[in-house]
Amino acid sequence: MNERIKKLRRQTLEAKPTISAERAKLVTEFYKKPETRGLSTPMQRALAFKHIMEKKSIVFNDSELIVGERGPAPKATPTYPEVCIHSLQDLRYLNDRKKTAFASDDEARRVYAEEIIPFWRGRSQRDRIFAEMTKEWIDAYEAGVFTEFMEQRAPGHTVLDGKIYRKGMLDFKKDIEAALAALDFMNDPAAYDKQEELKAMAVSVEAMVAFARRHAEKARELAKGEKDPARKKELERIAEVCDRVPARAPRDFWEALQAYWFVHLGVITEYNTWDSFNPGRLDQHLWPFYQTGLADGTLTKESARELLQAFWVKFNNQPAPPKVGVTAEESGTYTDFALINVGGLKEDGTDGVNELSFLLLDVIEEMRILQPSSMVQVSAKGPDSFLLRALKIVKTGFGQPSIFNTDAIVQELVRQGKSVVDARNGGASGCVESGAFGKEAYILTGYFNLPKVFEITLNNGIDPRTGRKIGLETGDPTAFKTFDELFEAFRKQVRHFVDIKVRGSNVIERLYAIYLPAPFLSVLVDDCVKSGKDYHAGGARYNTNYIQGVGVGTITDILSSVRYNVYDNGHFTMKELLEALKSNFVGYEALRQRVLNRTPKFGNDDDYADGLMKRIFEAYFEAIDGRPTPRGGSYRINLLPTTAHIYFGKMTGATADGRLAGDAVSEGVSPVQGADRKGPTAVIKSLGKMDHIRTGGTLLNQKFTPQLLADDTGLAAVKDLVRSYFRLMGHHIQFNVVTADLLREAQAQPEKYRDLIVRVAGYSDYFVDCSTELQDEIIHRTEHQEL
Amino acid sequence: MTGRVFDIKRYSIHDGPGIRTTVFLKGCALRCLWCHNPESVEAGPELMHWPARCSRCYACIKACPKAAISKDAAGAVVIDRRTCDLCGECAEACLYDAMQMVGRDMSVEDVLSEVEKDRVFYEQSGGGITLSGGDPFVQAAFAEALLDGCRERGMRTAVDTAGLSQNGVLDRLAAKADLILYDLKCMDDTRHREFTGVSNAPILDNLRRLAAGRTEIWARIPLVLGVNDDDDNIRRTIAFLSSLKTIRRVGILPYHSGGLEKARRIGRESHFRKFETPSEGRIAAVEAAFREAGFEVRRGG
Repeated sequence: MNERIKKLRRQTLEAKPTISAERAKLVTEFYKKPETRGLSTPMQRALAFKHIMEKKSIVFNDSELIVGERGPAPKATPTYPEVCIHSLQDLRYLNDRKKTAFASDDEARRVYAEEIIPFWRGRSQRDRIFAEMTKEWIDAYEAGVFTEFMEQRAPGHTVLDGKIYRKGMLDFKKDIEAALAALDFMNDPAAYDKQEELKAMAVSVEAMVAFARRHAEKARELAKGEKDPARKKELERIAEVCDRVPARAPRDFWEALQAYWFVHLGVITEYNTWDSFNPGRLDQHLWPFYQTGLADGTLTKESARELLQAFWVKFNNQPAPPKVGVTAEESGTYTDFALINVGGLKEDGTDGVNELSFLLLDVIEEMRILQPSSMVQVSAKGPDSFLLRALKIVKTGFGQPSIFNTDAIVQELVRQGKSVVDARNGGASGCVESGAFGKEAYILTGYFNLPKVFEITLNNGIDPRTGRKIGLETGDPTAFKTFDELFEAFRKQVRHFVDIKVRGSNVIERLYAIYLPAPFLSVLVDDCVKSGKDYHAGGARYNTNYIQGVGVGTITDILSSVRYNVYDNGHFTMKELLEALKSNFVGYEALRQRVLNRTPKFGNDDDYADGLMKRIFEAYFEAIDGRPTPRGGSYRINLLPTTAHIYFGKMTGATADGRLAGDAVSEGVSPVQGADRKGPTAVIKSLGKMDHIRTGGTLLNQKFTPQLLADDTGLAAVKDLVRSYFRLMGHHIQFNVVTADLLREAQAQPEKYRDLIVRVAGYSDYFVDCSTELQDEIIHRTEHQEL
Repeated sequence: MTGRVFDIKRYSIHDGPGIRTTVFLKGCALRCLWCHNPESVEAGPELMHWPARCSRCYACIKACPKAAISKDAAGAVVIDRRTCDLCGECAEACLYDAMQMVGRDMSVEDVLSEVEKDRVFYEQSGGGITLSGGDPFVQAAFAEALLDGCRERGMRTAVDTAGLSQNGVLDRLAAKADLILYDLKCMDDTRHREFTGVSNAPILDNLRRLAAGRTEIWARIPLVLGVNDDDDNIRRTIAFLSSLKTIRRVGILPYHSGGLEKARRIGRESHFRKFETPSEGRIAAVEAAFREAGFEVRRGG
């Protein structure tokens, strides 16, 4: 890392996240203009976007090479009152909270109090959504049965493909004009709607070009006043780059990165899209520029590295827009899930790993910052050296890169109806979601709390936390004679809540299509221009809605426990179990220990439990997969939690797997914490029984101590674990290298960490089974190996 | 046929190449005072008590038909090991896993179907099954059946042995394994008797003979401070291994005291002793000496 990058890295690490009212002010200003009202909605949105891009402050940070910020300073985070309004309490809470705080000054609060809140109250998308939701939806939402992604952030889940490296905004404009000219007002009843949408797209493209030009002007102005001749030259070059892109296609590596960055800022300024947009297959997109640059001498490996690192910093300057209301309190994070994909396959099906893939891994390792996040796509054709290089970064313990199975992703996408070429050009984004990059709107609609639904089933439709009836009356569980009867009741209950969720999502989706189209994003995603339809209205080539199941491990262990102890072995009765759950196991410690220690659990390669996982998977899959969405696509499942497993745990009482009320439910598709006691191969075998191909992504977390990855033997073994999991068609695996602090926690609470394997000397053992002095020694060693 | 197994450990990566499952058979011919698996030594089943897991519910006391379990003045569970007949009722009753029986009888089929579960990992990594112990050759017929079974199922095998067995058993079984992990303690026979209870003469003889055979051998040396880490012993070990010509790889396993805790759990701490781990510098010097002599050296197997 050279001096410049060190400085830029320090700048971003030290920048303090703040709330900026600039965007909110500009968008409000625009909507207050009398002439706005006469416009079609798409044109309102496009002109609002243009207004912002023409007026927002232009920021040049000291020494940077890639320019442009979303806010008026690094980490100054705009708000989107047309989507959701931060109340003054929200702003105060965000300012005061200890973790992931967003500071706001008196001026921002004044603007909010005087201009933003009065204008948007009752008119934001969030207000519309809650007004339209049914009572049963609100009940289930408040009970923690599911969450709703779109209530405060716009549905922007997509990733860019390679089009902006081949075409500039002015080329897109020509395409838009051609589509406008081809409209058939005689025969196409939607011709007028398409016209307004296409006009809006053209305006948004102009807005983007204008934004870049403003940067060019600013760069020239700075260059004039610059005394340092080297920096002066850089600024002149930046001006030239910003004149060129994104108006026209980039000609070299630098222009390619800057072109993407402007487009990125456009997308995340238009809306507070979920799972922030990202360039996706960066090593593939940049490869031609890299090769050409090296060949004609305009680029060296080192200058490419510097540009990439300068590019990396820009992502870290854009924290996730902070939430409002309860959500602000529930989920505190700055991460916006821009997941750069490295490796994978080329569109002709050959191995896509190239020299740049390795250079990107160097960048990830050296930068070691929260954003962008990164992943490697590992295909059966990819070299082991690439996976091993990635694992060497994993070992340093900052959770990146995560590891994905390209072959599974391609099969998943093809099953959903994508062409094999579109699938190979895709990858994973956000946490783990598969998508056809640049061609698909794949919306995460919300998390679905499977253990909670079972809790409601055990209470015959009542949520025991509130005593309110929110589910179906599926019968008194003590009256079920067989496990199958109980399972059937659960299946019906899942279906019931999925119905509620889908109905809600179908309405919300239309609210976005009608009130908040996204013309700029639509330009970037095929085939919105061709079809004249907005991204939010089904313009994308592929349209998918996901409902993300949470707590697979917990619900499997719950059902395994009930079946094993109540129906198969009569260790206790359903009545006793219900009493035990009601009392949070107080007075039922023996029952709880039986359930914890003498009952088959998911994650041990035990068909008794794993078979139930498959049954649950089928019930969830059947309730969701293939249902139509208003955008003309389908609902699909994926299995991931982000941090929802903690919130869902808080909302769920004690469960039959021995989990206490309020404790987190299991995370992703990982086994319940501490329930897997047969090591990583057993976990992978259990997970290999899941049909990942019928999901749009699953998330498996494995904990490792650094010693297990310390030498070549350890690294090679982990490489083979990954390869084996991918042979079993697992979708994703990520390794969390444990810290000394976590080991101390395990020492204090051994029952929660019975899965934790440590390398002792010539062998490995379960940490909690080691003697205290040995544990202390391992903690000491781990501490020593931490940076 | 059944054998007595005390553990089957998956994702074992230090007992031969690749990802392996190690099957630990109970019973050993040696009595090494530093043994890191004290529960492996005796052939019969044993009762392991984990005081740290005990909740003091005393279900074990109620369950014991011999009244061999009681609580002491502080309320801790105490086992009278002379009265205990290892019936296992207490382990059955203890839901906290604080009482566990070590050593269960398993059929060849049971073991094979368990180890076969990780076939995908063996195939991917070039791994397989390792029979360890104790010394697996103490249960020679069972070990042989397992080796045959693995071969029939196309899984590669390794055998970890202390090298003390008679009547050609070792040779016959060694020929059926793909790899032998052969433990050497010390070259001086007096010391060897002092610390392991047996002479090293047959062990060294056996290795000389096996080294001339077809099966690959990796030597393994538990390195214990003051027992076998001295220059003289290392020099003699190197000379011996070099003279065999076919052994290329040596694993150095530095002593650690983890075995003592396990010995306490089975009430056999008096049969073992606490030793010291050689310093990092000393271990590195020993490794360097082997490397210099042309051996490929791995720490920990």
